[in-house]
Amino acid sequence: MSHTPSPELIVPKLKASTIVNMLKKGMRTSGRGPMEYRPIEIVPGYVRNADGSALVRLGNTVVVAGVKLEVGSPYPDAPDEGALVVNAEFVPTALSTFEPGPPDENAIELARVIDRSLRELKAIDMSKLVIVPGRRVWVVYIDIYALDHDGNLVDASSIATLAALMNTSLPRVDVDESGSVRVDRSTRVSPLPMNNKVVTVTIAKVENVMFVDPDLDEESVAETKLVVAVSEDRRIAGLQKSGAGGFTEAEIATALDIALDVGTNLIRLAASKLESSGAGLTPLGERSTS
Amino acid sequence: MERPKLIREDGLRHDGRRPDELRPTRITVGVLNKASGSALVEYGGTKVLAAVYGPREIPQKHLLLPDRAIIRCRYHMLSFSTHERKSPALSRREIELSKVIREALEPVVISETFPRTAIDVFIEVINADGGTRTAAVTAASLALADAGVPMRDLVVGVAVGKVDGVLVLDVDELEDMFGEADMPVAAAPSLGLVTLLQLNGVLTREEFDSALKLALRGASQIYEKSREALRDKYMKVRVEE
Repeated sequence: MSHTPSPELIVPKLKASTIVNMLKKGMRTSGRGPMEYRPIEIVPGYVRNADGSALVRLGNTVVVAGVKLEVGSPYPDAPDEGALVVNAEFVPTALSTFEPGPPDENAIELARVIDRSLRELKAIDMSKLVIVPGRRVWVVYIDIYALDHDGNLVDASSIATLAALMNTSLPRVDVDESGSVRVDRSTRVSPLPMNNKVVTVTIAKVENVMFVDPDLDEESVAETKLVVAVSEDRRIAGLQKSGAGGFTEAEIATALDIALDVGTNLIRLAASKLESSGAGLTPLGERSTS
Repeated sequence: MERPKLIREDGLRHDGRRPDELRPTRITVGVLNKASGSALVEYGGTKVLAAVYGPREIPQKHLLLPDRAIIRCRYHMLSFSTHERKSPALSRREIELSKVIREALEPVVISETFPRTAIDVFIEVINADGGTRTAAVTAASLALADAGVPMRDLVVGVAVGKVDGVLVLDVDELEDMFGEADMPVAAAPSLGLVTLLQLNGVLTREEFDSALKLALRGASQIYEKSREALRDKYMKVRVEE
């Protein structure tokens, strides 16, 4: 049963009112502008045993996403397509109020929002993931773990997911006469076939002021959020109002205009960071003390 | 299953509706005896029951908040409400929908009136034919009103879809299954607030604007019917002399 949550973080009244008052003047306590993201770091291939992975640091929020490819059966209603399974977990390393156990409603919502954005856009070319038509296909498991929570886990997860997918390569498979499939993970034949790229842009609202990429303090004072999935070709690939509260029609229009601009920029930024693969990046545990 | 033609030659939908037409709706308030409030909402073949218990004390004191009532919400489908039998256990979909429905109701419930209590909203989907979550929001907000919970407005839900390239109001299951996009919306019309918004599919910015306008027009029609149903119930209440 879903219930009104206790606040994840108690923000002192003075701090909360400072956050709100500054936002009303177009400023943020961190010095960022309302439409400015925190610095983004992407470490592709962070997990060697995954078929594709990425560690993403969005300010002080850290998320790792990994892709595992398994040979499985196709869905009965899509016999000539691969399958996609997205799962997310907020592990207890991330925040004092996160407890061990199966994914809670927030983690389930996050996974389903990212799943829908990929699925509806056909971001992954599922038709190229068939091994034996109608019988054996690649199942793409995307697992997302929030390791350190300083707000906006959804956007950090979506960037990590995109980076992990772009980092994924298909292993070589051999099919013998009897139709059984042997996977050779030591040989990689091609990158994961992609049709499109997508990221989410989270827009938070407090007292009619909207801003992107809320940190944990800002998230705690925000009334509500709108998560907008934005495709590389500037379409809306999914929406989710998340959190109590609501938006007026005009606010939604403004939020979408913001999201389409910011989202396409984020995709460009992520793609360029992945091209300059790894150089100058600091994986978890090797962080500079600045 | 073959993909059926969803928009016919004459521009009407597979069930004969115009693109901007709702299915026949039936709304009844106060259908249960024991619950503090209840409502049964039907959008075409979709039939959803909502019951409210509370505000009340609950044994799980750690959940309660000192300055307001909490809302607890469960969206649940009966095992035989769908074509394929649904496992009675709560699915990931039901967990997500319980959350988004609760969050659609939160802005209209004046929860500060009852600190340290819980308002429980139980939703049972009896028959599913598309738009169950939006019918659930309508039913839940009517059940809350029926329970006498103080509210700023009613919330009513309706889904808009894109099928065969055409934006259509109040999608049924066939249109949801074979359509290009499905966008459930719930709104508090008098407050001018959208309190539930999801999009499953891909829309351009222009398509979205038309889709939201269409949804809000549909919502205001359902809003009128909801108010009527609420009035109907209280017209029947007799005060004993």
